[in-house]
Amino acid sequence: MKIDLKLCGVGGQGILTIATVLGEAATAAGLQLKQAEVHGMSQRGGDVQSDLRLSTEPIWSDLIPLGGADLIVSMEPMEALRYLPYLRADGAVVTASRPLVNIPDYPDEAALLAELDSLPKVVRLDIEQVARDSGVPRSANMVLLGMAAPYIPLLEPDSLRAAISRIFSRKGESIVQANLQAFDLGLEHSMKLVSQ
Amino acid sequence: MTEKKLLLGDEAVALGALYAGLSGVYAYPGTPSTEITEYIQQSPLALERGVRSRWCANEKTAMEAALGMSYAGKRALVCMKHVGMNVCADAFVNAAVTGVKGGLVVLAADDPSMHSSQNEQDSRFYGKFAMVPILEPASQQEAFDLTAEAFRLSEALRLPVLMRLVTRLAHSRAAVEIGPVRPQNALDPDDERTRWVLLPGNARRQYALLIGKQEEIAARAEEAGCNSLEIPRQAQDDKRETQEGLGVIAAGIGYNYVREILPAGVPVLKISQYPVPAAKLRTISTQCSRLLVVEDGQPFVEEQVRGLLGPDYPVLGRLTGALPRTGELTPDCVAAALGADCANGLPPAVHLAPRPPQLCQGCGHRDVYTALNRVAAEFPGARIFGDIGCYTLGALPPWRAIDSCVDMGASITMAKGAADAGLRPAIAVIGDSTFTHSGMTGLLDAVNDRSAITVIISDNLTTAMTGGQDSAGTHKFEAICLALGVEREHLHVVEPLPKNMDEITRILREEIAYEGVSVIIPQRECMQTLSRKLRQKKQAK
Repeated sequence: MKIDLKLCGVGGQGILTIATVLGEAATAAGLQLKQAEVHGMSQRGGDVQSDLRLSTEPIWSDLIPLGGADLIVSMEPMEALRYLPYLRADGAVVTASRPLVNIPDYPDEAALLAELDSLPKVVRLDIEQVARDSGVPRSANMVLLGMAAPYIPLLEPDSLRAAISRIFSRKGESIVQANLQAFDLGLEHSMKLVSQ
Repeated sequence: MTEKKLLLGDEAVALGALYAGLSGVYAYPGTPSTEITEYIQQSPLALERGVRSRWCANEKTAMEAALGMSYAGKRALVCMKHVGMNVCADAFVNAAVTGVKGGLVVLAADDPSMHSSQNEQDSRFYGKFAMVPILEPASQQEAFDLTAEAFRLSEALRLPVLMRLVTRLAHSRAAVEIGPVRPQNALDPDDERTRWVLLPGNARRQYALLIGKQEEIAARAEEAGCNSLEIPRQAQDDKRETQEGLGVIAAGIGYNYVREILPAGVPVLKISQYPVPAAKLRTISTQCSRLLVVEDGQPFVEEQVRGLLGPDYPVLGRLTGALPRTGELTPDCVAAALGADCANGLPPAVHLAPRPPQLCQGCGHRDVYTALNRVAAEFPGARIFGDIGCYTLGALPPWRAIDSCVDMGASITMAKGAADAGLRPAIAVIGDSTFTHSGMTGLLDAVNDRSAITVIISDNLTTAMTGGQDSAGTHKFEAICLALGVEREHLHVVEPLPKNMDEITRILREEIAYEGVSVIIPQRECMQTLSRKLRQKKQAK
């Protein structure tokens, strides 16, 4: 069994932290993993993406082929659209819904969200707002990870929670709790949609 | 029980080197190689063993210092991005002539597709040029294992060994099984002066020695376990998925894309150690009627395979259009070359715009370009020669400020040459770290020639583009410029902030009008390193 994820967003939004948590959880679960990252300060404010492949079998390529991704997880709605050619025809998109507008020719927001919603499987949420409203404004990326969790059947939510605890432990207990809370908010949102 | 760690390709090389008994790493930051040195700088084992790891001024000083450590009998690693090989080529090529004492591994991280580079040069050509063994790992595990092998090979052959990574391995993470730790070498300086003093008489003998080693280098590549020939038993009759008679030569990570597609019944020769193993190549060529060469970068193996098999044997690859001539390999282009079916993804989105990287909000380079554009507009013939760093983004809107960006240090020297030709005003913009890397010598030329150039050293107190590494000249730039002969009255330090715009534009205007060398140093810390320091301070409390 395998799952291929395309993680994306804008430089500085914290997609590599999501990748780190998934990597930690996958390693603890004894899964095979390959994760190709984009590095370098010059990507700040530009589009960034990471290919994350999890499998019970050996993985060869570090890159996901076109049409091969089971899931796109994006910190920004237009960035989710950028990688559609990599998504399987029945793949899912889990994305933040609030645009980050730092370019002059950003597309019309309503049209962009309508295009997103026309895809077969989409979960979107204003993760920054949710995180702020719940008093965990710096943990929006963990809200997104929680939203993605039901689409990653190789990893139980509890193993992701344990990974969050380990990754953030050196930053102190309050930061661990904030990130766990954010994760649960996202998870709850997706579970509601799944049960509907 | 063996330990497993989740490591980037870069980190696997770093740990591999530490476990192999490394005594010093010498490097200048460069994507995608930077994380090797950073890993060593933060490693408890390196700290415990006193492994030398501070950043060097450039790749040439790094290579020479590593050669010195090798001369003293210890194991040294030099790391750089591919274009760094150009900077240290003199030392690298001659280190093959002197040979080494302690193991010397030179790691070049190539950047096919130019994710953060100005060209796609393939470092394997440098290895062949210097006539040294080359290793090219296919996976993170091989990056760890082959680093130790590279040190063994270096000491056995008494030659530097070149190790080549590409971006997709350097910056991709996977679990790596960690092997045993070897002790460091003791201090044991070489005493054969005739090897090291490359006067023509000695150099001729040393060069003949290097030529004499070529047979053994080739024999070792032929026997290397990482060069594996995989010929399925039913190669001749199983033609389910691919075209008849096809065999594959897969170099480095090219092998992964081939295995991803898993062409049934197709013979594969994996190459991770060079020279190209000629006997294994002949074996696979007799099993097949044509060969596809899958390699990341330039057609290095493909050209050699053509040479070894002769003009009548069909060889497919980047030169024939079976694979794209430029850009990194992808599972998609390799699948197409193998004739495999590709899955269909969704069509590209409609509501999509490019999002190029930008200078950070609050970055001092922004204020420098705002001031420069304002003043340059008053001089219709003005040309601004840029350089390599975050500030190269000044080429993009809204500034569109620079007219060139070629190689490390070229801003000053190109401005000088253009000024020599009569161009006025000729302005150079260079970062602090790039200036100490390769700008100082050019500034000396300009001073000696009294060239009419205005040099802006945009100093953010760090090597910012690669993630905020220490910059070699921090707090020394005024002293360096004065010592190189820049006149005191034409050397200015300013703080690039919107509130200082009037002062900065006035100084720029005056110095652009001066018919000689002026240097203006806008100095303000990088926003990224500043906020990182503030965060660390807060956490420490």
